[in-house]
Amino acid sequence: MELLRSLAITGTEEVLSVSGLILLLAAAWGGDKASRVISIAAVAALTVCAVLTAPALSQAAMGEAASAWNGQFSGDAFAAFGKLLIYIGAAVTLIVAPAFFEREKAMRAEFPLLVLLAAMGMGMMVSATDMLALYIGLELNSLAAYVMASFLRSDERSAEAGLKYFVLGSLASGILLYGISLTYGFTGSTSFAGIHGALAGTLSTGAVFGVVFVLAGLAFKVSAAPFHMWTPDVYEGAPTPVTTFFATAPKVAALALLMRVSLFAFGSQPGVWQQIVIFVALLSIVIGALGAIGQDNIKRLLAYSSINNVGFMLIGLACANQAGAAAMLVYLAIYVAMTVAGFVAVLMLRDADGAPVESITAMAGLSKTRPALAWATAAVMFSLAGIPPLFGFWGKFVVFQAAVQAGLLTLAAIGIAASVIGAFYYLKVVKVMFFDEATDVVTGQSDMAQRVLLFVSTVVISPLGWLVTKPLGVLAGNAAAALFHIA
Amino acid sequence: MIGFPILSLMLLVPLVGAVACLMAGREQARMIALVATLVDLVLGAVLWSHYQIGGPQWQFQEHASIFAGFEWKLGIDGIALLLIALTVFLMPICIGASWNAIEKRAGEYYANFLIMETLMIGVFTAQDLFLFYIMFEAGLIPMYLIIGIWGGADRIYASYKFFLYTLLGSVLMLIAMMWMVNEAGSSDIPTLMAYSFPVKAQTWLWLAFFASFAVKMPMWPTHTWLPDAHVQAPTAGSVILAGVLLKMGGYGFIRFSLPMFPEASAQFAPLIYALSMAAVVITSLIALVQHDMKKLIAYSSVAHMAIVTVGLFAFNRQGLEGSMIVMLSHGIVSGALFLAVGVIYDRLHTREIDRYGGLAINMPAYALFFMLFTMASVGLPGTSGFVGEFLSLMGIYAQSSWVALICTTGIILGAAYMLYLYRRVVFGVQKNEDAAAMPDLDAREWAMMIPLAAAVMWMGVYPETFLAPMRKDIASLEARLAQARPKGDADVQLAAIRPAATEHEHGESMEHGAEAAHVEAR
Repeated sequence: MELLRSLAITGTEEVLSVSGLILLLAAAWGGDKASRVISIAAVAALTVCAVLTAPALSQAAMGEAASAWNGQFSGDAFAAFGKLLIYIGAAVTLIVAPAFFEREKAMRAEFPLLVLLAAMGMGMMVSATDMLALYIGLELNSLAAYVMASFLRSDERSAEAGLKYFVLGSLASGILLYGISLTYGFTGSTSFAGIHGALAGTLSTGAVFGVVFVLAGLAFKVSAAPFHMWTPDVYEGAPTPVTTFFATAPKVAALALLMRVSLFAFGSQPGVWQQIVIFVALLSIVIGALGAIGQDNIKRLLAYSSINNVGFMLIGLACANQAGAAAMLVYLAIYVAMTVAGFVAVLMLRDADGAPVESITAMAGLSKTRPALAWATAAVMFSLAGIPPLFGFWGKFVVFQAAVQAGLLTLAAIGIAASVIGAFYYLKVVKVMFFDEATDVVTGQSDMAQRVLLFVSTVVISPLGWLVTKPLGVLAGNAAAALFHIA
Repeated sequence: MIGFPILSLMLLVPLVGAVACLMAGREQARMIALVATLVDLVLGAVLWSHYQIGGPQWQFQEHASIFAGFEWKLGIDGIALLLIALTVFLMPICIGASWNAIEKRAGEYYANFLIMETLMIGVFTAQDLFLFYIMFEAGLIPMYLIIGIWGGADRIYASYKFFLYTLLGSVLMLIAMMWMVNEAGSSDIPTLMAYSFPVKAQTWLWLAFFASFAVKMPMWPTHTWLPDAHVQAPTAGSVILAGVLLKMGGYGFIRFSLPMFPEASAQFAPLIYALSMAAVVITSLIALVQHDMKKLIAYSSVAHMAIVTVGLFAFNRQGLEGSMIVMLSHGIVSGALFLAVGVIYDRLHTREIDRYGGLAINMPAYALFFMLFTMASVGLPGTSGFVGEFLSLMGIYAQSSWVALICTTGIILGAAYMLYLYRRVVFGVQKNEDAAAMPDLDAREWAMMIPLAAAVMWMGVYPETFLAPMRKDIASLEARLAQARPKGDADVQLAAIRPAATEHEHGESMEHGAEAAHVEAR
């Protein structure tokens, strides 16, 4: 019975691994010609998983009741919330990728498989309640991601991005593993519940080291400053659909993981990691804002923007309470919508030959040549800057409100003042598109899938998004409650 | 009361118009915009006619909990009513001013203006603190685009300055709002207006709100975005900027800073006085040496807004009522002056004062209207400017004679720079042939000037129309402030003349008596 229950809780992972293996066979059989069909099948698999996950969003089972495989794994509402966002990010990647790679003549049947395997790894990351399950999920995701970053084998930048990502990613995994081993050594347990119990009371210096190393490793994965250096290079070098993927799904998974580790495993000692998180949050906001100012490559700019946004989300974590966690999840959901819209817009920037355009200067006068695309991009930029009435404001709003309620007034004031620096470079993009004379570089056509994706994601971040604040708040609150349920 | 949600409808009409404009060509877009603004004007008239003077404080209330964290809650009092009336009155005129001047991307232009109208009405009607913030802040985007796309030569610099200055001002206010809602347990503005925040916290909250409102107002020395934005904005942009956007700062003080933090307001009154006195003198002197007509009027706006702030922080009825009238009057007069500049700018495409001269000869009707608005800006009795400035300065005189003395120099300096401007543009010899050949006002310009002129005269001759709706709200605000009012240097005299006033203004003194009793009860 216990086995069946565990199997049911990890249902989505089973669907993903089985469908991944079947599609792998299909890929071997059908070759690269079948890549479009395999992509569609992979999206279908992700949809099935999303349908399987959805009921868990509002389920009341938490702690023991939702736990599987002897406490390795949890199928609670928090995991479901993260998984849904991950599946959305992965599906978007699969939808936009074929058109992009086919133009480069680099579409291969492995790509959808890598996305599926990465999605499975990320599903494990958000569900993990044990350091070992955590690490396996993380590596499964990372190894798939390294390959994806260098998927354009003929492109030097892509190869460089893959190599950089691999070297720095391995280093971070090493740091994380070292932290895990220290934590295990000083607490005698790898399960989050065990660590939670063992850390209560007075804390030994060794355990503090363990906590710090684990957090440093995870900060790398969420690309928070000062471990952010890889982000701009990898985001710029990786093929744009892959960048879309990196900016959405793994970000969600790593942040969710960071939340579960900090709030649950290390939850009995918030004082130890709170200052670290505050420092990392403010540094990310400032570095993300300042670093973006001189950029002319839109993908690099969005990379710094994602560092900046992670900083804002970490303010929610710094609250170390349920309201902060719920706020962070709301922000995360809105962030996924903004990022999808942003990168799909970047994918739609093509010159007359259909070659991708990444330079911001080339976007000059876009509002005259491609008004719909320009308005959608402007909505993304204002939304990322957190200017109401766009939906991005709501994410910042809930996070700062949580910080104010938790009494972190100084953090909130500094963070929000620094957001004005960020507004400067978002405005620059709008300025180039709307105020400058048209250069007629971006003249290529976009396909239907991109238009639909851009339309849907823009509607979400538009003021119409406010209508979902209530259900979103309920779901995020439910997920955060699951996180704080101490078994 | 009316059976349908009129406030939501007033927000919806321009918004729908904006979406329609985005998809329309130039001809249709300006027609749609005109119709939408006129419909809102009619709705505004209906709103005023159904407003019960002396009725409940908050009228036309609407409430729908469709959002998490804050609510869709609308309602107005007399103060908001007047500012909404100002907005809906100026908007059709703005559309008229843009009728021929805007040729490129007209659809987007009118859409931005209509969105602005929605947001401005939203600011004045919001009864939820966060709803107010969203409306207040959202105005940045259309205004940024209006200045940046349709502005003059330095438009990009001006648009950045406008956006970043006002954003930095407002984000700190957001943090303060969150703290207040956390403390008071409600984001309902009427509830917060009655809530007594701890005096120590008030200091910080007041400063955070001040950071935002002082930039929007604008108060010296954070006014530097204004001349840049004004000069670069198209005529209609300047009208709406001077006419309504600046009033958001004043509205913020009267709706938030004063009633919510009375003790802190009293504590910081000297700061306000100092900044306002500096603004009156310095910006008036700067206005005196301008060569650019729009810049001159922009600096005069800063000086007039300084009169508003001293009036508000006079903590008495005359000051508060005067400030409101100055805001309304300045909205109409400076809008009219920018329009007057726009009329000749459309003909000669320069704002350089020296390029004009002797316009009274070839444009007599224009000269007449320009004269009226110049006089109203100076504050000639019989025009709207006089009523507001007189009341404000009387209010501040009761509080501090020195502040009143220095601020009154603003009137003299104002007369100097406005008359000097008028003389150089309208009188004298016709220096340039092209300026001498300009035709007089056409039918469209007549249609814009007449309502403005009528409003200026009406407000000057019979201000009671505008004072009546807000009298009760000002009285309750005065009562709220009474406990905190700093002791003024002229208090003794004012107390002595009170009995004399009783005979003439019986009704008013009754209210005074009630307030006094109210204060004692506290």
